[in-house]
Amino acid sequence: MTTEPAPKPEKLIRWSFILPVATFAALAAALGVGLTLNPREIPSALIQKPVPQFALPPLGGEGEGLRTTDLASGKPQIINVFASWCVPCRVEHPMLMDLARRGVVLNGINYKDDAGAAATWLRQDGNPFTRIGADKQGRVAIDFGVYGVPETFVITGDGRIAYKHVGPLTEDAIKEKILPLLGLP
Amino acid sequence: MIVFCRLLLAALLLAGPAMAAESIDTPLADPAAEARARDISRTLRCLVCQNQSIEDSNAPLAQDLRQIVRERVQAGDDDEAVRRFLVARYGDWVLLKPPFKGATLLLWIGPVLILLAGGATVALLYRRQRRQAGAPSPLSAEEAARLAALTGRDNTHP
Repeated sequence: MTTEPAPKPEKLIRWSFILPVATFAALAAALGVGLTLNPREIPSALIQKPVPQFALPPLGGEGEGLRTTDLASGKPQIINVFASWCVPCRVEHPMLMDLARRGVVLNGINYKDDAGAAATWLRQDGNPFTRIGADKQGRVAIDFGVYGVPETFVITGDGRIAYKHVGPLTEDAIKEKILPLLGLP
Repeated sequence: MIVFCRLLLAALLLAGPAMAAESIDTPLADPAAEARARDISRTLRCLVCQNQSIEDSNAPLAQDLRQIVRERVQAGDDDEAVRRFLVARYGDWVLLKPPFKGATLLLWIGPVLILLAGGATVALLYRRQRRQAGAPSPLSAEEAARLAALTGRDNTHP
């Protein structure tokens, strides 16, 4: 009778230990990264695309209104979608005023707002916008892929959307994303 | 008094639908087109509530998007063209059923891959275990004697 060479159970045990632990570690790492992302932030489909074709009337008849041709001016600009009824818009308002003081061209799209209320607010707290278009129906905002106010777009000199910020602006977003795209320190 | 109550009841009954009509969209005149618009809306994700379709959501944006779907249907777009119109603005995100393409490949075939990997692991472990167990070792003299006693047959020398 021949005896078979003894199998090496320790090898099997090692793998049956390592494999589940490694799988768990990989899964935990992937889910851990997922936890740090913001699931409410939807990536814009319009990055690097030309600004949609639109023409909006001025707010309450004063000023120039806003249209596509205003945006390819050779110089980067900002479009801010805002409304006087939107509380986070009031939070970011001082930052917009700050950008305007630094010579940045800011355009406003006034989203589904009462022209009188918007004008009163801008008179009281200051108007950072060079041009404002009144988007009463909110249709131009949809063309821009807006799903909540405020949203802020950086437009390149040749009229493309370079960046979109969802929600109220933050000092970090301005310093790390927006100012570099505007060519400002 | 009874007359007043009746009038009040009538007023309430009339007011109900009128109040509801304010917040409900204007459906298309053609019932088939309206049904198609609603079917398309059911496949589109509401961007505000995120886990509802725009058909199910009461968000004002969802209402606007439903109206846009109706307009596109009215304009003669087929279902895919309507979806393309919204994907151009909001990305694949707006589709409740993600498309099958490079970026979503893992999403679609991931479960199959995991199933195959799991099956392969089980098969491998099973085969290993079988090989390791090898042929059963022959009975010892004591076991053979016990087996013989139990079966009434002599199994020691088959």
